Amino acid sequence: MKQSEFEKKYDSFWSELENMLLADDKSTLNKRLQINDSIRLKKQHSQVAAADENFPENYRLLCHHLSLSRSRHYSPLLVERLEKLVINAHQIFYKRKTHMLVAVLIYFTSGFSQSVRKEWRWVLLSSVLFFGTFFGMLVTLQYYPDMVYTVISGEQLAQMESMYDPSQDKIGRDRNSGSDFEMFGFYIFNNTGIGLRTFASGLVFGIGSLLTLVFNGLTIGGVAGYLTYIGYSSTFWPFVSGHSAMELTAIVLSGAAGFKLGFSIISPGRKSRIRSLIDSAREAVYMMYGVAIMFIIAAFIEAYWSSMTDIPSVVKYTVGIINWVVLIAYFMLLGRQRAIR
Amino acid sequence: MESKLLDSVNTIQTPEGVDIHLRIAGVWPRSVAWMVDLIIRGLMYALLAIIAGVLGKFGSGLMLIGFFFMEWFYPVLFEVFNKGMTPGKKFLNIQVLNSDGTPVGWSPSMLRNILRTVDFLPFFYGLGFASMLLNDKFQRLGDLAANTIVVYVNNSTGISSIPEQAAVKPAYELNLKEQQSIIRYAERSQQLSDERMQELAEILNSLDIPEHRMTKNKLLGIANGLLGRK
Repeated sequence: MKQSEFEKKYDSFWSELENMLLADDKSTLNKRLQINDSIRLKKQHSQVAAADENFPENYRLLCHHLSLSRSRHYSPLLVERLEKLVINAHQIFYKRKTHMLVAVLIYFTSGFSQSVRKEWRWVLLSSVLFFGTFFGMLVTLQYYPDMVYTVISGEQLAQMESMYDPSQDKIGRDRNSGSDFEMFGFYIFNNTGIGLRTFASGLVFGIGSLLTLVFNGLTIGGVAGYLTYIGYSSTFWPFVSGHSAMELTAIVLSGAAGFKLGFSIISPGRKSRIRSLIDSAREAVYMMYGVAIMFIIAAFIEAYWSSMTDIPSVVKYTVGIINWVVLIAYFMLLGRQRAIR
Repeated sequence: MESKLLDSVNTIQTPEGVDIHLRIAGVWPRSVAWMVDLIIRGLMYALLAIIAGVLGKFGSGLMLIGFFFMEWFYPVLFEVFNKGMTPGKKFLNIQVLNSDGTPVGWSPSMLRNILRTVDFLPFFYGLGFASMLLNDKFQRLGDLAANTIVVYVNNSTGISSIPEQAAVKPAYELNLKEQQSIIRYAERSQQLSDERMQELAEILNSLDIPEHRMTKNKLLGIANGLLGRK
């Protein structure tokens, strides 16, 4: 079949598909609006295409036409036109269709905790590094308080000291810093950002995650140890107890996800390194969704609950402990019945 | 034997058994797209800061949350909801796709944008740049991990632009490559000036085919014949 015959025969079919698929091209769209029935074109075009019951059939026919025009060596322009159509149809045809709400629900009732349990080795390593350095520093400072200057500058320390001074009216903040909501914004911006960077830097053979975990363990342990040593326990510990579960666990999990990335390159097993990275990265980022949410929850607790000063310490400690127990139970128990996705 | 040309075209076979060709975007268009996005983001930051200034302390909280989302989710939202194109990419006519040519979803997009942090190391996209030069799909590290590619959007109208003319029979049977060259030549007749078309046609005279002074019109006639027009 000569090209012009072929074109004559199928041109209306292709134009029809072009109408449906190439919606973003405004000028051609407007031209076609006049030809086609307007009700159909009011909808999103890709949706129309996906909903059309003949779409799979049409798509395959279109692929067939592209193959034919290539094997018959029709003109490059025709081939390009068909290829453009195929690329667009391909993208609509193979778009993953998931119900966002259902996916989110499944994630928080089982997917997240399953993925954390599955990576228990990395979570363990990450916990040991973070809590090891944290408690190590905390205990050391009770005997050698000057050690604090190896990890925190005197200036920062003075600031911390004023923030947790028992005579303060708002604990845990600079004297001149602002409202609860402002702090909420700051904690999200700062802490979640740190978490995401801890994860990302794991890509460099896990080194980034390792350094961030140890650094955070040392500084947080340093602040806690120093404030305890100088006798600010009554303000510091009740303040941090509320959000500690969410925030510290989120840091540890960010590190664990980072280690998973880095190790997938170091030891790919029977896969190629790149394949191993792609597979691990997908699982790691799946875990990071939950971690990011944990940081935001922690920010909320820290801004609105932890900063309240008129609540007795006993209540604050109780809430803190409950948070830890609930969080650990969440990761240990949830989603055990459901098959891993 | 045809020699293999150095090319940035990436061929992907769809499950239907046809090949689609995607032209991979290189370092330069991607950098420019990034800069365009940077400017847009800068403007949005400024706007946020102005609004925050009006609203006082509540505003600065809002601003920080805004900064957080702009920093981490600006590219993700556009890539997921706008066919893989941030405004900068749209401007440069490039888009992000999974490496099998399907549109990116949440996970790949999140990954490639979170890992941007690493691509940025040790300073100003050092690692990302090195990675892009070291692999044949110009993928930065984030792309490698997320299995994504950045390609040019195919923008051909695909409507044949060969002017209708009376078909001319060529002096001898043309082989496939010759046929295709003539058709390609004819298809470009809208883009080139008459003089240039004539000039190109006259190159064929160096073949020294008796009784055939080649002209633009003659070649277009041959092209019409090859397409099966009368």
